[in-house]
Parts: sequence; structure tokens; C-alpha cells
Amino acid sequence: MKELNTNTKNKPTPVDEEKRDFLFITTAGLAIAGGGAFAWSMIDTMNPSKDVLALSTTEVDLSPLEEGQSLTVMWRGKPIFIRHRSESEISSADNVSVDDLPHKETDESRVKNPKWLVVVGVCSHLGCVPLGQKVGDTKGEYGGWFCPCHGSHYDTSGRIRKGPAPLNLEIPPYEFVSDDIIRIG
Amino acid sequence: MNNQENKQTGITGWIDKRLPVFTFINHNLRDYPTPKNLNYFWNFGSLAGITLVIMIVTGILLAMQYTANTDIAFDSVERIMRDVNNGWLLRYIHMNGASMFFIIVYIHIFRGLYYGSYKYPREILWMLGVVILLLMMATAFMGYVLPWGQMSFWGATVITNLFSAFPVIGDYIVTFLWGGFSVDNPTLSRFFVLHYLLPFAIVGVVALHLVALHQFGSNNPTGLDVKSSGDTIPFHPYYTVKDYFGLGVFLIIYAALVFFAPNFLGHPDNYIPANPLQTPAHIVPEWYFLPFYAILRAVPDKLTGVLLMFAAVLVLFLLPWLDKHKVRSATFRPFYKQFYWLFFINAIVLGWVGAMPAEGVYVLIARIASVYYFSFFLIIMPLLSRFEKVGELPSSISAAVLSKKFDKDTNESYAK
Repeated sequence: MKELNTNTKNKPTPVDEEKRDFLFITTAGLAIAGGGAFAWSMIDTMNPSKDVLALSTTEVDLSPLEEGQSLTVMWRGKPIFIRHRSESEISSADNVSVDDLPHKETDESRVKNPKWLVVVGVCSHLGCVPLGQKVGDTKGEYGGWFCPCHGSHYDTSGRIRKGPAPLNLEIPPYEFVSDDIIRIG
Repeated sequence: MNNQENKQTGITGWIDKRLPVFTFINHNLRDYPTPKNLNYFWNFGSLAGITLVIMIVTGILLAMQYTANTDIAFDSVERIMRDVNNGWLLRYIHMNGASMFFIIVYIHIFRGLYYGSYKYPREILWMLGVVILLLMMATAFMGYVLPWGQMSFWGATVITNLFSAFPVIGDYIVTFLWGGFSVDNPTLSRFFVLHYLLPFAIVGVVALHLVALHQFGSNNPTGLDVKSSGDTIPFHPYYTVKDYFGLGVFLIIYAALVFFAPNFLGHPDNYIPANPLQTPAHIVPEWYFLPFYAILRAVPDKLTGVLLMFAAVLVLFLLPWLDKHKVRSATFRPFYKQFYWLFFINAIVLGWVGAMPAEGVYVLIARIASVYYFSFFLIIMPLLSRFEKVGELPSSISAAVLSKKFDKDTNESYAK
């Protein structure tokens, strides 16, 4: 009885290091993989849900818009500026040396049909909505849009010309479904 | 804190000297001396803590998608189920998490009841646990109202109406709870706020529960006090590994419920939008309230029924003074052990009749079971404290462990 007790005390079973490493690595590995999968599926719930994604296209009928008029529509919670440009606005946008621009883009590359300019109406500086859509709005020094927050001037192609904004107004993905209808998104 | 324990160097040492977090962790999760004979029933404390964290994390994520307004609450839950990425998983984890939390906590309580964990010097530890149970019940009840289905609405109506049993002030209390003249939008919106708030109150009480626990350390299956360092082993790695293994088993069961039978413990009626004009034919609370619901229904008088139902939980506060027997563990108490198991079966019977219609033989069973429920605490416990004789106890935890081990080989008790 006593002997048995001292025996177990004095002769500890040798540790199989390799077996321990294997157990440790597989256990930790599985825990990390499982925890990671769980964490991702939970974090993913904060990404846009299906009903939000379903709102990500907007169709717009351009036919009521006369030359020189503008229209603002909502797409993904943001304003989209659509301007039916006049000949003089198109030519003033075209007759600019691209090299002089802060963000070098030709007018041609920013439109599908030169008559229609479609841009996201969010200033590339800090996200304000520039003025210039409504009659009576100041359109800035270049006849396009003017952001009242920090004084950025955009031209008739929605390009940044003066002020702190680094980039031109973004062009949303869109296509002409027919001559008069575009689908944004 | 002791400076001599601060042996770390480098960045951890620098931080630890100023804010002894590492010493704290070392103290409470690593070196922490723990009785060496804890069985798997001692896993349930850490499991409850982990479940609380799961509930809070999933709850916060759900709250980002849920809208507490009677017009859209039901639809917003359906949106979570259909449109939100993994929303079904998020909701099912939270929904079944409530059930798992109660299973764990009930086992934790029955563990304490069997091994006398509420006795000197752990009375406050036990009472803090009862506070946690009460907070959990309030939180679970209010959470069940949020989906604004039929069971939500009528559950809220029935439970808030319990307070109308109080004479004179009853109706005022109920109107106050509702924020109106029926369960309606003000009720839903305050329940949502409180359902979000109370879990953090639970976290606070859990912290106190742990402080009280670590004052004297865990009880153990023999109920004997720790007498020497030979009776204990460090928490890490022995109990971290044991808890980790138990967590794995628990998560398998939990996941099986979430993935294969997510609505097994719920009621289909709660997928019908709330209708204030139509009560469901068969209205029962969630399973974890059934024993108390059975006590409520067993009493033919409204006020007495309500008071007894509250008393059924509140009596737990008095446990350390109702059972003053000097032996903690039921292992060494031949009579208490039998009454204990009868009480356990009785609790399950109460839960079962709580789910049955309140008529015929079920009422009789509920009454007998209710009488035993209170007799166990108020009559049997005090009497056993005085008259129950126990045999000789092992001299220490080590002696008890070793005697168990060698009894088989030698038929000779090492303990005595």
C-alpha cells in the first residue's frame, strides 16, 4: 500500500514530447480555425444585407430633361448628378489641356454620350454635396459645381479644377438601356 | 499587490509594475490554487461565463439589425432571418443561447445545492448567484418579447399582469410597466432598452461573484476545506484544460441544437405577428420558466400564486441559513442526499406540469410538487440541520482522493 504510493511518486511516466506537440498543435489549430470561421460569419452580418444590395440599381428616364437642365437622383443613398449639357458646356469641357488638370481625365473618357454627364454628387474632398444642380445655385468658376464646404470648383465635366479636393467627381457604373433611359449600378 | 511576485521583465514587467494586470491574471487563472478533486460539475461556472459572452456579442450584432417599433419589429426579425448575411445563424445562436444559458445555470445551481457550496464562508457568493439568476430571468423574458410575435405579446401581457395581483397599487404598477393601457409600443421600446442594459449589469454581478469565489476558492466534491497545498493544484494547466474540454463538448451540443433543431425549444405561435385581439389557444412560457409557472398555476388565489412564484426564487437567498448542517457535501449526508434527488425530480415534474394544461390531474400534481418544493427548503433542510447524523469524514481532500483510488485495489481505506 505504502509501496504503491511511493512508486507512483518516484517514477513519473516519461513525457512523450512529440505526442504533446501534436496534441497541442491540432487542438490550437482547430480552435483557431473554428473561432475564425465563427468570428467571420458574425462580423459578416454587418456587411450590406441582401435587401440593401437589392437597392443598388436605379433606372432613370432622361427624356423630360431639356438641354441645360440638371436632375438629381438617389443611388445607394447618394445623389447622382445628371446634366443635359449644352454645346458650349461640352466644348468648354473638351477644350482643356488634360496636362493642366489636377486629376488628368479627358471629357471623352467620362461620358457615354457627350450630351449626358452622369456623376456621383459627392465631393472627393470630404463627402459634401456640391452646389450647381438647382437654378440659382453657384456653379463655381468653371461652370460646373462648387462645393460650399471647403471651396472646391468642378468644371462641366465634373473635374476638379480648383480647391482642396484631390479627385474628379466619380462616374458611377451605368449604361443606356434605350436612348432615353439609363440604368445606374 | 506584492512586489515580489512581479518577476516579469521587459514590456510586460514595465506595465505590470504600474498596472498589475499580469500579476492579476497569474493569480486568478494560472497559479490560482484549486482543489485537486473537482469533477465535471465544476465546469459549469466557466461555461456560464462563456455563454454570457456569446449572448452579449450576438445580442449586440442583432441590435444593429433590429428595430424596436411595433409596426416593424416582427418584419425586422424576419429581415434578419432572410436578408442579413448569416442572420439566421446569428439569431438562432442568440435564441438557443438563452436556453443553453439556463441549462448551464440550473446545473450550476443544482451542483451548489448538492455539494453545499452556499454554506459558510460562501454565503455572499451564493446570494450574488441568485441575483444573477433573477437578472437573467428578467433579461430572458424581455428578450422574448422583442420579436413581437403572438407569444411575445401574450407572454408580456401575462407576466406584466402578475403585478396587478397586488392590492391597491397593482393596477398603477402595471400601467407604469406598460407606459400605457396595454402592452404596446412604449412597452416594446423600454423592454428593448432594458434587454440591452441588463446583460451588462449581469457582467458586473458576475465580476463580484468571481471576487467572492476567489476569496475562499472553489468548494469541492468532498465539501472539505483546503488544508494544505497538497490538496490543491494550479488552475493552469489542469483546470484550463478541463474547462476547455468541457467547452468543446458543450459547443457540440449547442451547435447541434442551432443547426439541426433551432426551433425545438420555441413555440411556432411566435412566428405569427402579435395580435392584441386574439390570444393563442395554448399559452406557455419558455421551458426555463415552467417550474415557476407551475407553482403560479397550482394556487387557486391570484395574489398568493404570484407571491409563491416569486418566493420560489427568493427562497434561494435564505438557503445558507435554512441549511445549517455543518457538513457541506451531500456525499456524506445519507438523508439529505435522498431528499435532494427527490427535489431534483420534483423540479422536473414541476416543469412538466407547467407545460400541461391547467386542469384535472395536472393541477393536483402541480400542488403536490409545489408543496414539496417549499417543504424541502423550509422544513426538511432545517430539520436535517438539527437531526441528521453523519459518519466520519475523510481527514482531508487528499485523503479522500487517495482512499477512493486505493480502495479498489486493497479494500482498505487509506483515509482512516
